[in-house]
Amino acid sequence: MDPPMDFQVVVLAGGTSDKLSPLVSKELPKALLPVANKPLLSYPLELLEASNLKNIIVVVEGDEAATQVESWLSVAYMDRLNVEVVKTPGDVGTVGAIRAVAPFLISTDILIVSGDLVSDISPGAIAATHRRHGAAVTALFCPAPVSGGADSSTSGGKDKAKKPSRCNIVGLDPTRQFLLHVVSGAKVEKDIHIQKRIVRAVGQMEIRSDFMDAHVYAFKRTVLLDVLEKENLYSIKQDVLPYLVRTQLRSEISAKKENSADESSNGATKELPSEDININSAVPSNQNLRWLSQHREIAPSSYQDIHISDCDKNKSRLAKKTHKCCIYLSGKTQYCARLNSVQAFGDINRDMLGEASRITGYTFSAQNNVVHPTVVQGAKTTAGGQCIIAEGTILGDKCSVKRSVIGRHCRIGSNVKIVNSIVMNHITIEDNCTIQGSVISSNVQIQERASLKDCQVSAGYVITAGSEYKSEPLTKR
Amino acid sequence: MDLRRPNRPVIGPKVRQVGFVTPDSAAATSSSSIPAVSAAAATSAGSPPSSLSPVMIPPPRHPSTEMSNPHFHPVGSYNPSEQILGSPPALSPSRSSRFDADGSDFGGDDDESVALSGVGGGMTPKSSLLMRQPVTKTAPLVSETHKRDSNVSKGKGDGPSAAPKEKLTKAERRATQEAQRAAKAAAKEAAAAGGAPSVSKQPKPATKPATQQKKDVPSGSGPLQPLAPSGSIEKKQGKKEVAAPHPRMQFDDMTKVGKLKKRAVVNQSEARNRVELFRHLPQYEHGTQLPDLELKFFQLDLIHPSVYQVGLQFLSDKISGGNARCIAMLLAFKEVIQDYTTPPEKTLTRDLGAKVGSCVSFLIECRPLSVSMGNAIRFLKNRISSLPHNLSDKEAKSRLQSDIDRFINEKIIIASKAIVEHGVSKIRDGDVLLTYGSPSVVESIFAYAHGIKKNFRVVVVDSRPKHEGQGLLRRLVERGIHCTYTHLNAVSYVMHEVTRVFLGASSVLSNGTVYSRVGTACVAMVAHAFRVPVLVCCEAYKFHERVQLDSICSNELGDPDAISKVSGRKNLNYLDGWAQNENIQLLNLKYDATPSDYVSVLVTEQGMLPPTSVPVIIREYGIERLWT
Repeated sequence: MDPPMDFQVVVLAGGTSDKLSPLVSKELPKALLPVANKPLLSYPLELLEASNLKNIIVVVEGDEAATQVESWLSVAYMDRLNVEVVKTPGDVGTVGAIRAVAPFLISTDILIVSGDLVSDISPGAIAATHRRHGAAVTALFCPAPVSGGADSSTSGGKDKAKKPSRCNIVGLDPTRQFLLHVVSGAKVEKDIHIQKRIVRAVGQMEIRSDFMDAHVYAFKRTVLLDVLEKENLYSIKQDVLPYLVRTQLRSEISAKKENSADESSNGATKELPSEDININSAVPSNQNLRWLSQHREIAPSSYQDIHISDCDKNKSRLAKKTHKCCIYLSGKTQYCARLNSVQAFGDINRDMLGEASRITGYTFSAQNNVVHPTVVQGAKTTAGGQCIIAEGTILGDKCSVKRSVIGRHCRIGSNVKIVNSIVMNHITIEDNCTIQGSVISSNVQIQERASLKDCQVSAGYVITAGSEYKSEPLTKR
Repeated sequence: MDLRRPNRPVIGPKVRQVGFVTPDSAAATSSSSIPAVSAAAATSAGSPPSSLSPVMIPPPRHPSTEMSNPHFHPVGSYNPSEQILGSPPALSPSRSSRFDADGSDFGGDDDESVALSGVGGGMTPKSSLLMRQPVTKTAPLVSETHKRDSNVSKGKGDGPSAAPKEKLTKAERRATQEAQRAAKAAAKEAAAAGGAPSVSKQPKPATKPATQQKKDVPSGSGPLQPLAPSGSIEKKQGKKEVAAPHPRMQFDDMTKVGKLKKRAVVNQSEARNRVELFRHLPQYEHGTQLPDLELKFFQLDLIHPSVYQVGLQFLSDKISGGNARCIAMLLAFKEVIQDYTTPPEKTLTRDLGAKVGSCVSFLIECRPLSVSMGNAIRFLKNRISSLPHNLSDKEAKSRLQSDIDRFINEKIIIASKAIVEHGVSKIRDGDVLLTYGSPSVVESIFAYAHGIKKNFRVVVVDSRPKHEGQGLLRRLVERGIHCTYTHLNAVSYVMHEVTRVFLGASSVLSNGTVYSRVGTACVAMVAHAFRVPVLVCCEAYKFHERVQLDSICSNELGDPDAISKVSGRKNLNYLDGWAQNENIQLLNLKYDATPSDYVSVLVTEQGMLPPTSVPVIIREYGIERLWT
């Protein structure tokens, strides 16, 4: 079956990320980390499914993770999606992941979606923008989450831990359609070096640091494969995208890519085009491109692109040596977040309960919560607003659950307070416990009178009776 | 008039050199003003000018009547179209350079032709020599007018003119037509002399007093009621068209709009506060369309990706301009054909035609088609439907693709090259050339003229909101051409120094009306008032047999926000939130219609033509004729 609109989708599901260390383990790869009681990977997949993209390649790091993801996918999306899981060895980076799937890529453009994306931005819009501009790469940027807002004040302790590396420096053209400069988090220095020629070509550049790279890229396949041939690239975000943006006016890629074809095209523009037309050409896209560029030469007024019209006199030569890097900026009303840290995990879970609840697909009850009908609640137990309690969970008497997610088949004793927390599956919490702002992984046992505040508890951990923890990651030794 | 007199010393001599300017030069040679000439003509034809009744204000394209009606056509105006039309149109630069050379000859020719046929400056001796049936003074007028009738309203079937048509060459044919027109005008004058008022007052010949009048009536009423012949033409061609590419939807009809919306792919929310006069045109809230279409990117499986891409680019104005849009569309269709496989139990001709039709309707939703695109679509559908049935899929596809390539190549690329060659021949050293907007062909002309070391200056006139001229300006300046940039408001100021106006066109209609970017008509009129020749450069594939008298009934509305906002001046925000105010209606028209009076010459790949010769081109070189 042909990919719709000549787009193929690659989801980079990752493996066992270090950044999410206490939560993610070999038993639970990042892709299957429950967010609002759904595996993380289901969010991008459902987003893609909503856009009618049903043929998806999922790249997973590590053998065990791959088998787990594959088995989950085969059950959950058996009849809905046609997902192919490709496994890569650990620690090859996103570029390595794309290298692994390169043989599968056949369509004109490739959409690369990070597996930790929780968003409701239509990938179609990004793809359409990409097509509209005929760009080499289009990246999705969204406003970076505001830190220190009212929302995160409850988990204020962790704001310090938030790295400044998450802010990127992004240079945009005045219409906010083209990406002119990008420095991703880790490489931000004190000074920003901006290429003169780009500024000269554009005239005006807007530099922002409040946009976040959402790790959704639409790449032209030929460009992508060319970049992959280069060495010492590791990450798409930190290496490939800046490289493409940097070289957009002196593109080696497009020159190289079209080298073989250019010989004939150069002749074609000079001769009568009809003689050159290869009707049975297997790659219509290249042909089309050259045609388009050709018609732009004839009708230059139609070609208003800043890069070309502004920077050099010899347009025809230059047109072949540039590529466009476009940007799709999400709107303020759209939700977009990446789950790449423990902090983000908490934030996203809270958002799922609150402002972005539409993404989860749950229907919230009149009390603004989701309580599965099989949940057994004891006397005087209250499940407040913005709660999700999954099936099979048993709550004892006088419990109080606020703004929290509780997974499947948990046993919670009497007089337990759970506020602002994420409690995963198969957890036993005994009586008189207090859990605040914490993340508790599966199979944890919390004995009575324990008190947890802003803690992350790894899977299988046992918290002894009466213990108190504050702002600690608790890992099994 | 008052305006013009003082200007004369400024522009006069320059214009006279051009070769368009025969009346002045005629006046110089014969030392008599135009009314005198026309009076002479009238007297030589034996009809006193006093007998012209005011009712007989004729359609403007008849040269002799224009002359005999000095109020209608200003005295001493260069009246160029008629002059150029007088000789067989230039088919090669050498021929057109002859024009330039013998500006003074024209006066002589004029006198001669006046003496010969009593018509006025509409004919050169050459053309009369080329005529198959030479016009004598009186007798053959009837047959000539008759012939012309059948030419004008070809819906009636071209019986008498069909037989000799094949044998004639282009130049001969055109010459014949000119002679016919002249003869007809003469006949009309004669009719005016003898009881013509009654005829013109009752266009329908109830009485049919004389054969001469009877013949005169349809030709006289034809241009006055221009919709009738065009209707018959369309009827005739209706069989050929698989589906009309340009449905004249009336968007003030709510039921039809509702139906259309159900089918629509693009989410079109009707804009509010539409100007009363333009309610029949589609206008949508511009901000919502593009994001909505982008959201649906993967959902619309039926539309081919390349068509979708082109549609997006149309919608976002990324591709604009007649040629560019047409080429982009055709290339997209080429890919559609490339990827097409005939479904089982269907024939390629029918199914592919329907598929192309659905693509076209998608493109229409993105932006209304231009005439050039409509012609190209008509051509493509024609080719599809005329494919032989025994062809294999592969052969049929390759044949269609090569057809498309040929169309692009011959009708657009080579045509524009030919236009460049013709146009350059009109540029002389020391010229000041004015252009408006950013017509691609005109840009090529300038570039080429600069390349062959002609020494000239360019005035780029621009207008809000698109500021297309700035792009042109930049490219011209980069080439080293000396330019002046101004806005449309200042055109009357800058026109003093201009010696020629080069304009582009979206389409040229069969009555010579030039349908082009809004503002073109204004420039042409100002140029006309200053007696600066106006050259409209247009490929023949943009010609359309429709007749349009105004720019209201068929036009395109742009984004009203584009004119309500001033870029770069954020403090000018008086119109913010205008959509909520019922008392404001913004009108952002995209096209206007320039009457043929204001066009000196059309530069096409077939040569330089008077705007009156458009029907000939449509008939002889029309898309159907060339490709079927």
